[in-house]
Amino acid sequence: MEVLERAELDGLLNELKRRGYRLIGPRAERGAIVYDPVETSDDFPAGWQDEHQRGVYRIQNSGGNALFDHAAGARALKHFLIPPRRLLWRAHGGDSDFTVETPRSTPPHFAFIGVRACELHALALQDRIFIHGPQPDPEYKARREQAFIVAVNCHRPSGNCFCASVGSGPAVTAGYDILLTEVVDAGRHYFTVAAGTVRGQEVVEVLGLRSAEAGEEAVAEAVLQEAETALTRQLDLSGLREVLLGAADSSHWESVAHKCMACANCTMTCPTCFCATVEDTTPLGSGTAERWRVWDSCFTTDFSYIHGGAVRKTGASRYRQWLTHKFASWEDQFGTLGCVGCGRCITWCPAGIDIVEELDALRRKRQQKLQAV
Amino acid sequence: MRGVKKPKLAVWKFASCDGCQLSLLDCEDELLTVAEHVDIAYFPEATRAVQKGPYDVSLVEGSITTPHDAERINKIRRMSRYLITIGACATSGGIQALRNFADVNQYIRIVYAHPEYIETLRNSTPIAMHVYVDFELRGCPVNKYQLIEVLNALLNNRRPNLPTYSVCIECKRRGTACVMVSEGVPCMGPVTQAGCGALCPSYRRGCYGCFGPMEVPNTAALSACWSNIGVQKDDLVRGFRMFNAYADPFRKESEVHEHA
Ligand code: SF4
Ligand code: SF4
Repeated sequence: MEVLERAELDGLLNELKRRGYRLIGPRAERGAIVYDPVETSDDFPAGWQDEHQRGVYRIQNSGGNALFDHAAGARALKHFLIPPRRLLWRAHGGDSDFTVETPRSTPPHFAFIGVRACELHALALQDRIFIHGPQPDPEYKARREQAFIVAVNCHRPSGNCFCASVGSGPAVTAGYDILLTEVVDAGRHYFTVAAGTVRGQEVVEVLGLRSAEAGEEAVAEAVLQEAETALTRQLDLSGLREVLLGAADSSHWESVAHKCMACANCTMTCPTCFCATVEDTTPLGSGTAERWRVWDSCFTTDFSYIHGGAVRKTGASRYRQWLTHKFASWEDQFGTLGCVGCGRCITWCPAGIDIVEELDALRRKRQQKLQAV
Repeated sequence: MRGVKKPKLAVWKFASCDGCQLSLLDCEDELLTVAEHVDIAYFPEATRAVQKGPYDVSLVEGSITTPHDAERINKIRRMSRYLITIGACATSGGIQALRNFADVNQYIRIVYAHPEYIETLRNSTPIAMHVYVDFELRGCPVNKYQLIEVLNALLNNRRPNLPTYSVCIECKRRGTACVMVSEGVPCMGPVTQAGCGALCPSYRRGCYGCFGPMEVPNTAALSACWSNIGVQKDDLVRGFRMFNAYADPFRKESEVHEHA
């Protein structure tokens, strides 16, 4: 393990830029911490901390120096790896011919800085589907394989995080090129550094960092411990699949639907939700047709539209679909849960609907029902 | 469309501010392309040259507020193969539908020196309450790209890509952090139809509901959200009584709070 002083952080960023990466990292925008292009370490949200409640999010500056003192921000990495709107193909029609062209551009080389454990797990879920699944997405694959990941261990999980329950955090264990643990202690500000890949190791070597001393490693370890202790939210996963599959006609969905606006903020902010629709357009006068892929959500009416109408017309049926997919049928389909416990859907639901609470409520109702029999 | 006669387009105005027609003129470059594909036969806002009907496509802006307008829209319907209403006035009655919640005669007495000259209807109503409408394009004003998309789809015999889901979806695609969640700003986005590209939230303001109710508007749930961030009863009424005050879901929700 090496040590990177705060003052040396720009050396790392510059080395990544020199290797042709576009840097994406956390920034404090008005109102929220989001992943955005960054140039220097001054762009990181120094001192900014976030508070998450159900449907409430606030950032404030503590006046401290820590750059990564926040939990998962408002924007997930899917914004960069599965862009919200992307041209799939363009067709040209003449009097006698018809040709289809797939746009080929070199995929952007992103270096993501400050990536959290939950997000790495979300990326692993998407890889399973878009790289290793039966219908790989070449664009995703290209972007993903280029992406350089500088992960940073969490030390201040939010009140909505429950990554530990689903085994995806708070400590980063895999999926990074370089892993940093930020330490602000006794007037010092530094990062412990571990490389996770060959290219990560190459970058670390170029920087010529010194080895961490035992004391520094111990403090970094304590930071991780603190995060584990601070993470108090829990989701009980035992038998959850059966709870959900047995709840298809539960009255509970109606009670959620009273609060739910089918606005889709939950699915849009979720790092694992990847549903998309296609739009066919015909630019006027161009003699061409285009097919675009755009982010969609199971909360829209069109999402379940088949000949004759939408299958899921009510808010209750859409909420049920979402939760049941994430925590039950996703397992059947992809062999894992569809949730990494980042808490975004709880924070960013304007109605403050809390999936952990809803799942617990469904479990209680099932137990009551079983006892009554 | 080679060799085929270009469809004749007419643009009509009722009670409105002309903003939606301006959106068409605002298309600039695209407008020239549109003009290559349609024959702009009646568009007094743009040209004095007038061709007689019937018309293949009529774009209708504005709401019905006078007995004369109520007759005129029927004539236009008879002259038009497709009738497309554009904007909040034409699709829901517009901001002038605020009169529907008050006594219009009282307004007339306050505003006009000679109230006896004024002949008006009690309510400002959307075009679809008077004649059959083939397509309603929402917005205050309409989005010019959506306007072109409707014409484009019609010319190409395809379904227009015009979403009916919430503004939130456009807001998140854009990457904006929710203003209601992160700053406690009241926002109509969750119950409002997409179309503007979530313009206001991208400037950290709440949505005003310009595009009217989305496909399944849970207005009561939004009122609960607004109450949670401290919005009082009167402002709840005002929130739902904006440019689409007379659209059913918004009207009903405003009445709930007015009479609460
Ligand atoms: S659960 Fe919340 S964020 Fe998701 S659709 Fe319902 S109201 Fe919107
Ligand atoms: S379902 Fe919610 S907590 Fe789970 S990964 Fe998605 S946004 Fe995060």
